[in-house]
Amino acid sequence: MAGMKSTFRWRLLLILFVLIGALIYCFPTLVRETPSWWPQFLPQDKIHLGLDLQGGMHLILEVETVKAVESAVERIKNDLKADLKKERIFSTYLDRVQGDKIEVVLLNPEVKEKFDVYRKEEYPRLKEIGATQEGDRVKVLLELELRYRDDLEQSAVDQALETIRNRIDQFGVSEPEIARQGKDRILIQLPGIDDPQRAKELLGKTALLEFKLVDEDYSLQKALAGDIPFGDVILYQKVEDPKTGAVRRIPYLIQDKTLMTGDALKDARVSFDQNNMPYIALSLNPAGARNFDRITGENVGRKLAIILDDNVYSAPVIRQRISGGEAVIEGRFTLDEAKDLAIILRAGSLPAPVQTLEERTVGPSLGQDSINKGIKSIIIGGILVVLFMIVYYQLAGVVADLALIMNLIIIIGVLAAFRGTLTLPGIAGLVLTVGMAVDANVLIFERIREEVRLGKPPRAALETGYSKAFLTIMDANVTTFIAALVLLQFGTGPIKGFAVTLSIGIAASMFTAIVVTRFVFDLVLSKMRVKRLSI
Amino acid sequence: MEIIKSGTTIDFMGKRGGAFIISGILIIAGIVSLIMHGGPNYGIDFAGGTVIQVRFSQAVNPADIRESLKDAGLAGTVQRFGGEGVGEYLIRLQTTSSDLEGLSAQINDALAGRFGRETFEIRRTEMVGPKVGKDLRTKGLQAIIFALIGILIYISWRFKFRFAVGAVAALAHDVLITIGVFSLTNKEFSLPVLAALLTIVGYSLNDTIVVYDRIRENMGRMRRELFARTVNISVNETLSRTILTSGTTLIVVIVLFFMGGGVIHDFTFALLIGIIVGTYSSVFVASPLVVMWEKRFPAKGAKRRT
Repeated sequence: MAGMKSTFRWRLLLILFVLIGALIYCFPTLVRETPSWWPQFLPQDKIHLGLDLQGGMHLILEVETVKAVESAVERIKNDLKADLKKERIFSTYLDRVQGDKIEVVLLNPEVKEKFDVYRKEEYPRLKEIGATQEGDRVKVLLELELRYRDDLEQSAVDQALETIRNRIDQFGVSEPEIARQGKDRILIQLPGIDDPQRAKELLGKTALLEFKLVDEDYSLQKALAGDIPFGDVILYQKVEDPKTGAVRRIPYLIQDKTLMTGDALKDARVSFDQNNMPYIALSLNPAGARNFDRITGENVGRKLAIILDDNVYSAPVIRQRISGGEAVIEGRFTLDEAKDLAIILRAGSLPAPVQTLEERTVGPSLGQDSINKGIKSIIIGGILVVLFMIVYYQLAGVVADLALIMNLIIIIGVLAAFRGTLTLPGIAGLVLTVGMAVDANVLIFERIREEVRLGKPPRAALETGYSKAFLTIMDANVTTFIAALVLLQFGTGPIKGFAVTLSIGIAASMFTAIVVTRFVFDLVLSKMRVKRLSI
Repeated sequence: MEIIKSGTTIDFMGKRGGAFIISGILIIAGIVSLIMHGGPNYGIDFAGGTVIQVRFSQAVNPADIRESLKDAGLAGTVQRFGGEGVGEYLIRLQTTSSDLEGLSAQINDALAGRFGRETFEIRRTEMVGPKVGKDLRTKGLQAIIFALIGILIYISWRFKFRFAVGAVAALAHDVLITIGVFSLTNKEFSLPVLAALLTIVGYSLNDTIVVYDRIRENMGRMRRELFARTVNISVNETLSRTILTSGTTLIVVIVLFFMGGGVIHDFTFALLIGIIVGTYSSVFVASPLVVMWEKRFPAKGAKRRT
């Protein structure tokens, strides 16, 4: 008994410390706005809500690194072709095959030797993976060195991450989360997005800007019928009728030779013409300006198509040489479209196309609905449990209820303090803990009742009840805790939120059931002469 | 107040035959249903696919929605979400689009074409590609296995092996029946349902452990009693606890089930089934099994030692 007295003060201090700490962290969440008297050094942040509660978009994109490798191989192939011609190393065939390999057919074995020497000197990144002789000719298959290929893939993902981050920054989203996931995946979380479609268009575009000439020497009709001249492609311009929303596709016959790409851009801005229609004004960098000057000079009178991701945006006639390094993209844009296009052009193109692996979007109204329903469930579930405990255990029930309320305060406080995220399943976890939190007290109280029935006096019954129930409570909670920990490791966002509240709830409920209620009982028994426990 | 009067003695061990038959029927019905459906009815989290939740300003005919999707070349199922007359629907498509702008825009256009752009709001879009679905399936299975192993290790450490056998059998029982009920009611097996299942795995053990603890305690006191009687007395002594702890949890889960909203409906349904079955199994499955195991493989040496 003397021991109990001396621990009395320490227990009181511990409980007050936990309770006040939790209350301080809870406070900003519970009030609409932190009042002016709330000191600066105390926590200011509300609990962080998951995307399923505040609305927003969750995306997992995969960078098609294979495409980045392929376009690198394509570039190397073009260089190699030109270089071999220059070096007079004669080949009868040279092209990219099987996506990421280069096949060269050399004139004869002597040329092959010359080629080998030259390749090792000038193209060390290419590795020969097979050579066969067919008559005089030697067919060689080349591919990229594995290490170089890995580098390419890595930098493609890095660059994609950077580009996407740029686009989101310029789009203006508060607290976005953009992170690399695994080898080639990118996780994007955009809270509070109100126009997910627009955000998706912004993120998903490869935004490969190309300038190509329109082939007007050949009949478009014939080309559309399937007779496409060598080196040409058919691309379309999408035109949306502003009234009906119907989309028309206008075909163009395009010479498939890129004269200039988005690399030449210095800046892209939205401007307005005399009819107040938005268009995009492009400024070119010095090299781009020189290039554009030459291209326009050589092709006066012809149509220059401005192509983004294989969609023709406009194809104006070049009226004169353009020297200032300024160009425009006209289209029938809405203001938002024009703004987003300018963002995309400024942020640069993705090094490879991206694929959506997962998308979860929750509108803000649904999120608010979920919050309201969650809070309602907590309140009603809480009231029912509180009433039940009082009816069943009388005054002891009241003590358990106090512990229950403290339990909720601790969970919210810990969540806020450690910047945990509250999700909808997390709220469910909170409700569930309300039900489970009293479990420990039920175990203790039933045990005490048994001891009372055996005729023990109040203090002894209390003592034995707590000590005998303790191990059972531990065992029973540890198993739930193990399950919660596994969930924490494995779960995605919302589920993780559930696992977090559940584990905090278990820990908190053990504390409140074992330490807090015990303290209250000890306090009462030491201050009053209790003949019969109200339990 | 007391729900179970102290001194109650119900012969649970004697009734175990009937209980095993009930459990057997439930489990077999579930397994048959699973086989007939070719496995669990995986939601998009595990199977891949697209779910879109739309709210119309007033109730429309689901068939009209289906029709408008069909016109756009999209095959999907449409289901009322929430009560009748709310005007909220769930559209499910098996297809996914790897192209970001793709599918939801298409659906948006299809609905706008038929109902007008201002009459509806897309409240939720979930698209899971087949690759991610497969990943999640593997990870989900791993999670269940890891949780079971962790719990087994703990139980074997705290109790003797024969108790672990009963506990694991009861767990398997609870999980099988819950999955079975989901299959029988044709509900979707989704990520939140898996989370609920894991929670059940952890929680349904609570009751079992309470009973086991008491059996262990009583075995010290009742050395002369038959083991089956000791178990039966222990189950009776802990009965009010078992019912109360599950009861309070059940109260809040029922509240969640009816008021938590459609998004977590399946999750709370799984919890509901799991908690009821878990409570039942700790009395009627876990404890009798320990007795049966003891009969078949009596502890060596001294008659009972745990």
